[in-house]
Amino acid sequence: MTTYYTKDHEWIRVEGDTGTVGITAYAAGQLGDVVYVELPEAGSNFARGDEFAVVESVKAASDVYAPVSGSVVEVNSGLTDAPETVGDAAESDAWFVKLKLSDAAELSGLMDQAAYTAFCEGL
Amino acid sequence: MAETTTGPLKKTALHALHVEYGGKLVEFAGYEMPVQFPTGVKEEHLWTRSEAGLFDVSHMGPCFLTLASGMRADPAAHEEIAALVETLVPSDIRGLKPGQARLTVLLNSEGGILDDLIITRPYEEDRQGELYVVVNGAMKEQDWGIFETALAGRAVLTRADDRVLFALQGPKAEKVLSAYFPDCAGLKFMESRRMMLDDARCVVSRCGYTGEDGFEVLIPAEAGKELVRLLLDDPCVRPIGLGARDSLRLEAGLCLYGHDLTPEISPVEADLAWVIQKRRREAGDFPGAERILGEIRDKPARRRVGIRPLERAPAREGTEIFYGDNQIGIVTSGGFGPSVDHPVAMGYIEAAHAAPGTKVDLMVRGKARPAEIAELPFIPARYKR
Repeated sequence: MTTYYTKDHEWIRVEGDTGTVGITAYAAGQLGDVVYVELPEAGSNFARGDEFAVVESVKAASDVYAPVSGSVVEVNSGLTDAPETVGDAAESDAWFVKLKLSDAAELSGLMDQAAYTAFCEGL
Repeated sequence: MAETTTGPLKKTALHALHVEYGGKLVEFAGYEMPVQFPTGVKEEHLWTRSEAGLFDVSHMGPCFLTLASGMRADPAAHEEIAALVETLVPSDIRGLKPGQARLTVLLNSEGGILDDLIITRPYEEDRQGELYVVVNGAMKEQDWGIFETALAGRAVLTRADDRVLFALQGPKAEKVLSAYFPDCAGLKFMESRRMMLDDARCVVSRCGYTGEDGFEVLIPAEAGKELVRLLLDDPCVRPIGLGARDSLRLEAGLCLYGHDLTPEISPVEADLAWVIQKRRREAGDFPGAERILGEIRDKPARRRVGIRPLERAPAREGTEIFYGDNQIGIVTSGGFGPSVDHPVAMGYIEAAHAAPGTKVDLMVRGKARPAEIAELPFIPARYKR
């Protein structure tokens, strides 16, 4: 099980050919209080970089991008009723979707935790 | 604010304090201003409604208009300066009582709104012939140019945006501010007085932009920095950023210039016909009177309403409003209301569909979402009348 990160502050934790996707604690901190999360439907397909979800704070809406290509096998419907979870547990309970990866080779274009931490420190 | 600026951002006298308190700074109306502090927009919003929030609004446009012949202890001096200003705004400025403040709008010749502003008549007998005017920060250069042209040398405009202008809003505001300005407790909503803080000359007004009781204080910069620091030392008081300022005013049903009010929109469409008092309606002697009086008589084709999304998705500015297959309006301000704990919005809608309770659809990210037309404000105002 390995976790990868994007420059747009998504994380993906990969087990076999499935990845669990969410936004990072850093991103959640920047957004502030999350009041709404819009998730895709199970079964929908996304290419790497596609907008697949939207996170809304009191002030603004932000797009969330697919870190890799794949199809949605499960969504975290708990976020609909408790969007504030994103602020407390962005990298655990507040996962957004599980994706069946269509091209595992895309993972090599992402950062590991050390690289992502260094990336955030440079922001 | 839809405002383009060039050159370095300006800073208010309280800038260092914003940094010290951990404010996240953004560009606003040409200034570098805090959008939020570490506790976040929602906490700041709720704090203001239950305790007291301190807002730096020094980026706004406070100014004084004074008769060229000077102020004097004579009500006729007030009538003179009021007559000059009434050529630009539709409110009864002449009829202001000493110490009374009034919301009004600056109009173009078509009756469209160039800005919204507060005009105050001094309470002090020897200051008649002066008006205290506060306009929006993003519009101040435009507005002051318009004023100077209209005053035509018969009165002078003195800008006061080198001072500190702050608002203290919320149920604890009176208690906290009374320690420095004992007389502030005697003011009612939309009343104003000159007050001294040691040797600093201040203007204290009971008004605000949150729907809460509270005050706005104009004070010289150095004294203002000291006072704001002392106020923030009070455990009831926290600094509040622009984010919560926006969600507070939206719940309170108050307009944001450049969004809910524009040069195309008339005060009648904006549901602000109440700023036009009887004497001015009868005289019809203000810019765009033909259109505005016509809209008062026949009702405007579109008007500003509150909109309550019935699901959890907020509808932001620019969201199209549909009734069946027809677009009937557009959202001009929208977000989430922390006190009401649901999304809130306002916008313009065809009059036929403007009744509270009317069910409409909001097109958010290509999907129709149910909403209903709502009474404004979303939360009852708590002004001290």
